[in-house]
Amino acid sequence: MSKYIVKRIIFGLATAFVVATLTFFIMNLVPGGPFLSEKAITPQAQAALEAKYGMDKPLFEQYLTYMGDLLHGDLGSSVKKRGYTVNRIIAERFPVSARIGGLAIVVAFCIGVPLGSIAAYKRGKILDNIIIVFSTAGIAIPSFLSSTLMMYFLSTKWKLLPSLGLNSPASYIMPVAALALYPTCYIARLMRSSMLDVIGQDYMRTARAKGVSTVSSIFKHALRNAILPVVTYLGPLMASLMTGSFIIEKIFTIPGLGHEFVTAITSRDYPLIMGTTIFLATFLIIMNVVVDIVYVFVDPRIKLR
Amino acid sequence: MNDEYLVDIQHERLSFFTPAGEVKALNDVTIQMKAGEVLGIVGESGSGKSVTAYSIMGLTADNGRIVGGTVTFNGHRIDQMPETELRKIRGKEVSIIFQDPMTSLNPVYTIGNQIGEAIKLHTDKTGDEVTERIKELLRLVGINEPEKRIRQYPHELSGGMRQRVVIAMALACEPKLLIADEPTTALDVTIQAQILELMQDLQKQLGMGIIMITHDLGVVASMCDHIAVMYAGEIVEYGRTDDIFYNPRHEYTKGLIRSIPKFYEQEYERLIPIEGQPVDLLNPPAGCPFAPRCDSCMKICLKQKPDKSVFDEPHYARCWLNDKELFEESTKGSTNE
Repeated sequence: MSKYIVKRIIFGLATAFVVATLTFFIMNLVPGGPFLSEKAITPQAQAALEAKYGMDKPLFEQYLTYMGDLLHGDLGSSVKKRGYTVNRIIAERFPVSARIGGLAIVVAFCIGVPLGSIAAYKRGKILDNIIIVFSTAGIAIPSFLSSTLMMYFLSTKWKLLPSLGLNSPASYIMPVAALALYPTCYIARLMRSSMLDVIGQDYMRTARAKGVSTVSSIFKHALRNAILPVVTYLGPLMASLMTGSFIIEKIFTIPGLGHEFVTAITSRDYPLIMGTTIFLATFLIIMNVVVDIVYVFVDPRIKLR
Repeated sequence: MNDEYLVDIQHERLSFFTPAGEVKALNDVTIQMKAGEVLGIVGESGSGKSVTAYSIMGLTADNGRIVGGTVTFNGHRIDQMPETELRKIRGKEVSIIFQDPMTSLNPVYTIGNQIGEAIKLHTDKTGDEVTERIKELLRLVGINEPEKRIRQYPHELSGGMRQRVVIAMALACEPKLLIADEPTTALDVTIQAQILELMQDLQKQLGMGIIMITHDLGVVASMCDHIAVMYAGEIVEYGRTDDIFYNPRHEYTKGLIRSIPKFYEQEYERLIPIEGQPVDLLNPPAGCPFAPRCDSCMKICLKQKPDKSVFDEPHYARCWLNDKELFEESTKGSTNE
């Protein structure tokens, strides 16, 4: 397995390199630049700024410089947020996003898995239909709608929860709920279909014939077999939720990485775009390796080589 | 009810309730079997042979229900037992070997875990005692190196080995009855013989009863004391193995025997298949269910169900051809109409 992990790390580094290269050139292909804002500046001032950030040099030279710095772990300085290095922005913002995203994943997993299992076990019954309807709705409702609705009722109308920031444990509830809605419903549906498949398997009948009760056959024999698709989904889900959602962070005024990423793009903050993209890609790669390793523990038939 | 029988099924009717309607899977099935006997149930797919056997352990699909008759096993009225009580019998007094050993073991648990599960459920054994019992069982079914196998997963074993594991699992609590649902169908021919031999040995050693469900007449011929031939949810012929093979009295049984490849036959001899399709159990016919496929079908066969004609107790068949008197009477009746 260690051989496999080493191999995956090498492939991961190669992927990150490709991502960095592509982002760098595509970003520079797009017209405009960080110093073109609504307030016109003199050509001399612009030239001075470009010289300061090294943008007056040929593109390929800029690329080599950037990649050289990247190898040292230096993601450069933000163009727009003066005095902040990209490393520092990520270090400050990522934990905020990761906390909310992590909580949302825990919630989605803990609710989605049992819900999907119950639906499969009660297939065709009323409970199953209720779960299907709600999970389909949950997938269809966009997060800006669910979060504004929650905000309207829970903070404005009934004044139960704070509407912005992350100052108290209660202020986590709404953003986490809004973020968890989609994955919860998705996991529930995923779990339902894979559970249905497993319930129909011969070994479930074997378990019943041994005298195992229905509940324990579901918990012991079915769950572990049915959870693999959910594990697969968790990898990319963790990467996307923990690196922050722009919409949720914007609505609830949360200083997270997702917000930073989108504003970096709109303001053409080149180093920040590069930094967050590379960080996101690396995180996704790591999560996929983690998922592969988890597989081995869930299903003994899977061997990593 | 009679206590001398291990299995006593009387006039069992079992239906599956589907969106398309009531599928009458079993129609008036009566089977009596003494302890330690080997009964073969033969018939084609959908004839109700598995359903009959499964109903002895109350193992019917969710939409299935016994709608008539009684099922008694080892003194328990299975048809009246709640699920919680049935669970105590399953795996202890009666257990089952399923057709496909590739799929009937849970891929994510070790062999030891899966055999041990039944032992832990039904006995007071704990810890090392369970492990010892598992090893004993593995040795019993002829698996070498039980210490190693106990920690292996199903995918690490061959098909024949897995079927041995399934048998070990079924024998875990020394059941009085073992139901073998086509235990050799999914195996290689060479392995088939080994498994059958193993089952025969074990049956003699442990003195348990076996119900052998199969569509392979060769399998039943070598193993069974009695044979029940099922067609469309009915037992169309029942008797000692010799009766069935040497003196078949139902056209379907005759057809089945004709379709066995014969060793001494000349090379160009073709096998004679039974033409046609099994009946639709959603709308079972009024007469004999085999009539539409029967070469000797008569008018009455399509109109009225034949009764049991008993030959040499316990051998009986349900076929109008055996009932000359009734046949003549009823033809008279039909011409008068």
